[in-house]
Amino acid sequence: MTTLTEDQRAIRDMADAFTADRITPFAAEWDEAKTWPADVARAAGELGFGSIYVGEDHGGCGLTRVESALVFEALAYGCPSTSAMLSIHNMATWMIDRFGADDVRARLVPRLATLEAMASYCLTEPGAGSDAASLKTRAVRDGDHYVLNGAKAFISGGGVSDVYVVMARTSDDGARGITCFAVEKGTPGLSFGAEEKKLGWHSQPTAAVMFDDCRVPAANRIGDEGQGFKIAMQGLDGGRLNIAACSLGGARRALDEAVVYTKDRRQFGKAIADFQNTQFRLADMATALEASRLMLYSAAEKVTAKAADASAAAAMAKRFVTDTAFDVTNQALQLFGGYGYLMDYPIERILRDLRVHQILEGTNEIMRVVIARELLKD
Amino acid sequence: MILTEEQRMVRDMSRAFARDNITPNARDWEAAGEIPQSVLADMGALGLMGMTVDPIWDGAGADYVSYALALMEIAAGDGALSTIMSVTNAPVAAAIEQLGTEAQKDRFLKPLARGEMIGAFCLTEPQAGSDASMLKTKAERTNSGWVLNGTKQFITSGRIGGVAIVFAVTDPSAGKKGISAFLVPTDTPGYTVASVEHKLGQKASDTCQIILEDAAIDQDLILGGEGQGYRIALANLETGRIGIAAQAVGMARAAFDYALAYAKEREAFGKPIAEHQAVGFRLADMATRLEAAEALVLKAAAKKDRGEPCLKEASMAKLFASEAAEWICSAAIQTLGGYGYLADYPVEKIYRDVKVCQIYEGTSDIQKLVILRDLMAAS
Repeated sequence: MTTLTEDQRAIRDMADAFTADRITPFAAEWDEAKTWPADVARAAGELGFGSIYVGEDHGGCGLTRVESALVFEALAYGCPSTSAMLSIHNMATWMIDRFGADDVRARLVPRLATLEAMASYCLTEPGAGSDAASLKTRAVRDGDHYVLNGAKAFISGGGVSDVYVVMARTSDDGARGITCFAVEKGTPGLSFGAEEKKLGWHSQPTAAVMFDDCRVPAANRIGDEGQGFKIAMQGLDGGRLNIAACSLGGARRALDEAVVYTKDRRQFGKAIADFQNTQFRLADMATALEASRLMLYSAAEKVTAKAADASAAAAMAKRFVTDTAFDVTNQALQLFGGYGYLMDYPIERILRDLRVHQILEGTNEIMRVVIARELLKD
Repeated sequence: MILTEEQRMVRDMSRAFARDNITPNARDWEAAGEIPQSVLADMGALGLMGMTVDPIWDGAGADYVSYALALMEIAAGDGALSTIMSVTNAPVAAAIEQLGTEAQKDRFLKPLARGEMIGAFCLTEPQAGSDASMLKTKAERTNSGWVLNGTKQFITSGRIGGVAIVFAVTDPSAGKKGISAFLVPTDTPGYTVASVEHKLGQKASDTCQIILEDAAIDQDLILGGEGQGYRIALANLETGRIGIAAQAVGMARAAFDYALAYAKEREAFGKPIAEHQAVGFRLADMATRLEAAEALVLKAAAKKDRGEPCLKEASMAKLFASEAAEWICSAAIQTLGGYGYLADYPVEKIYRDVKVCQIYEGTSDIQKLVILRDLMAAS
């Protein structure tokens, strides 16, 4: 894909305008005060940004992963952290809609699609990060309910979200013993840890989610018993594209800011943009971002088309784009010199936000595992 | 490099001090935005604040290799504290020892070396960063001395400092030779901390914008005579850069040590993650870059100890160590995965702290410029 369709351009322009109006001017405040901008999320929901690639049956937009990439890049231009939280919501909502039974879809998806309600994704545990299939949270069937016990770690939106898409163990059969549930806030036995203090992503809360004899209606099971790990991984194919898009948006902002700054800042008698070292660096940054963008669109098309190598393509895009975007942002910080280190400029915030994109939705090491597995399979 | 007995003692003493008094408190100091005066005084008592200063001025009389080793250890405890230590030692104390009068040394150098007074170095201005020749701060003669006017940017210890070496133009027609340095007590009327900056890291060290508005100082507070400013600024680049390079090595080592211990402990896929080659090989790369950075720093310091010019070596050490350190600290976060991103573990703080080593005391690009200049002059 080299050219966007007219519709895609219109969606991107709408997201750009929303970002300029509702996100960019406030992102530094949200970062410093560590506030989740719930009103902005609801406004984004009115534009359909809560359910971009969710099917239309229950209120989703029914678009492809390419539109999703366009929107999250645009939102992240203003605030990567806020954009990423919305991207996780999209992934979790898609999982419920794609794999849930009609009843649970009809009950949960409409409010999630409009972002009147938020969804979180709960896979990681304190002892099960990269090795996700070793998770220990247990779900035991008891009549019309499952009783969940265990704890999830690093949950974006923990405590704030209304629905938690939880992977729990229903048998000891490794990855095949995991089942997916939609656990609603207010369910007895569901509680949350303290908000984590972290390097970046300050506009969204991260917390542990705990289950203590938490009784979840069997109707809230998403997919069949034992399908949970597969559902989780399919969710992540999209989640990885979204996170890459968030990195891309943040880095594009950093590059734009660096261009403006280097044209303006004068040392040794000329604008620093007039030094070849600066120019070549800017040229490399722009080239790297363009390559990242094309790679992301290509992977987004493959995931949309359910291509055989879709998972590997998403992993490649996530690894390459998040590494590249962090590096570009870091170079932008260097071009700003001492000012780049100050909170008066957006660069250090973007750097802090983008750092975690190399870690979550599968670390970039796990991306290599996924890619290598595809290469080496018989 | 094989250390002398004395150098090993300095390193071990600093390491023990950092382990017992710095590392356990670094997060609290970061949250408070300052370091207790008692800690600085304790460091002074150990000789860490005037390390290379002659004992007749209450200094430790140590060599530059010892100084670099001590800075590494203090930086391994807390990057912000190592910056305060670094600036007070060199350029501030070093410049006063080189060019100060007896009276100036008695008044400023002694309390600096004892850790009772902190030094600030006011060279950078909003429009004069990498290009220090664009200074606008002015010093004009009065009957009793000088009056200073201007704005200084990114001043470490501008708030907690007791004395600031301020660079100002005394003869606008003389270019670089028209710049002079002044010892400005920070309680001088007209010396104002306009703002304490909010920054990515090193939050326990105050970085200030300083405004000098009709700041009047006595005639005897000029350092080294009129027109000597640029020479003073240049003369201290070597030790300043060795210092930052040493700090970068210290911070990176702390992050590396933590990542190594974590990787041996944390299990995934049925074994400690250090036994997965991707993690293990990264640890090997981290250790190798750390070793190379440390060797460059000690080589530059040893050259300084021999009295040889070492600006190229100091710039190479600063460039390589600060770039390697940022990479190592980022790799340490990656080794810890999600935990590396949390404030419950030290590596995210170290990463934020170490980042500025690529920027202050001359950005990495400026180091390349200095190295290139040396290469071109030699050929």
